[in-house]
Amino acid sequence: MSAVTAPATASAGPRPLADVATMLRRSLLRAVRYPGLTVFLVAGPLVMLLLFVHVFGGAFGAGVAPGVTPGAEGRAAYLDYITPTLLVLTVVGGATSVATSAAMDAAGGIMARFRTMAIAPGSVLSGQVLGFTVQALAALVLLLGAAVATGYRPDAGVAGWFAVVGLLVLLSLALNWLCVAMGLHARSVETASNLPMILLLLPFLGSGFVPVDTMPGAVRWFAEHQPFTPVIETLRGLLTGTGTETAVVQAVAWCLVIGVAGYLWARSLFRRERRL
Amino acid sequence: MTAATGPAIEIAGLCKTYRSRSGDRPVLDGLDLTVPAGTVTALLGPNGAGKTTTVGVLSTLLAPDAGTVRVAGHDVTTDAGAVRAAIGVTGQITAVDELLTGTENLRLMAALHHLGRAEGRRRTAELLDRLALAEAADTPVATWSGGMKRKLDLAMTLVGTPSVVFLDEPTTGLDPRSRRALWDEVRRLVADGTTILLTTQYLEEADRLADDVAVLHEGRIVARGAPDELKAVHDAGTLDDVFLALTAPPADQEDPR
Repeated sequence: MSAVTAPATASAGPRPLADVATMLRRSLLRAVRYPGLTVFLVAGPLVMLLLFVHVFGGAFGAGVAPGVTPGAEGRAAYLDYITPTLLVLTVVGGATSVATSAAMDAAGGIMARFRTMAIAPGSVLSGQVLGFTVQALAALVLLLGAAVATGYRPDAGVAGWFAVVGLLVLLSLALNWLCVAMGLHARSVETASNLPMILLLLPFLGSGFVPVDTMPGAVRWFAEHQPFTPVIETLRGLLTGTGTETAVVQAVAWCLVIGVAGYLWARSLFRRERRL
Repeated sequence: MTAATGPAIEIAGLCKTYRSRSGDRPVLDGLDLTVPAGTVTALLGPNGAGKTTTVGVLSTLLAPDAGTVRVAGHDVTTDAGAVRAAIGVTGQITAVDELLTGTENLRLMAALHHLGRAEGRRRTAELLDRLALAEAADTPVATWSGGMKRKLDLAMTLVGTPSVVFLDEPTTGLDPRSRRALWDEVRRLVADGTTILLTTQYLEEADRLADDVAVLHEGRIVARGAPDELKAVHDAGTLDDVFLALTAPPADQEDPR
């Protein structure tokens, strides 16, 4: 009962790294073919930048920094305050897109095709996660450019910038894994981004737009204990050169927890049998 | 290229039930089927008979509840990796990346089969040419017609030179010319020693292409044989008549004609 031999052209044995690289290339090629998505990632935070800084900022700035007078000084202070938040929102936006993309793969036949091929199973989702992290980085550069163009002048040094990029990449990977799982969990492409939308709200219920000590009791408790607050505080600290160590540890810990949980959830959903 | 010493597909006592909160639905109920290497077998059956589920188990997407299933000599449960290395699957849902071009889709497959750059390009060009897709090859697949996507789907299935190919209703929705092109490709594959299991709703397709026909009804094989044998045994002029006689719902069977 010996086998029909495998074709001589295909090299034997699994090659997970090659497969992940191939899937990453596919994800990036899709991004190039459909640049609207990357632009869309920047559009939301960009509108917020203009609205919150250049319309509301004159008043808001006086509320977030002691001793700042409303008007131009307020706008400058608020630009400093929310640019880190907008960077985080850009990353969250990227993660929302991963959910849609994963749901599209699952709804079309291509994910089933990949699952019938002798490839590293993890490469299918890893390619999406990494691809959208690269897209998020591109969107982050565009957004920072816009912030600088409107007067943003961060004080971070070289080490500080490395830390900023490192934390944003870590956050992106973690949220992308979580959102890939959410996308696979959804019953359709249309509903794939519903769960990730909740993530877009979290920076508002944290220290993203106003200091948490101005919030009422229960909201304040939630704001102090949710993952986005330490992430935003860490970025704010790094970009102004005044970080607190507790926030850094909490931020990294949250990212690791979210990333590992998202990865395990995504893996179990990917392995789940789908009715044909 | 293939050195088959045993049957390409062996299914014995296969059972599969879909379980859900709204109740269990048994689909396959003790299915037995053997497909010799290098032949075309058509799996026929009414909608819901379990054709797609059978292909799902054979292609390692669904786990059998009971029974043994071997493809190219490997057990689908215990040696899924070896099965995947031997098979190519064209499912009912067209499995192409619509944002990429035809060429890019085929090169993606070539890369996943670790063919190497030069061999990947050669294989891509060859398949585009064979399935008459070369002209549109460098345009995004989203702009292609359904028939062209179907042909690309088959081409993607063939990039890795599989020894066993499953085609689940490959010609549904194709115009006559595309259908002929696909049939020609199937004949060429068999001439090269590939084993093919195809499901179809078109009995003419089974009649023309298949060495053997297996009729699936209520989760079991109810008839098996060459198209002409089946017609003779059931004293029927066409496979349509054989199909209707074998797969009649219970109410019709009680109805004296």
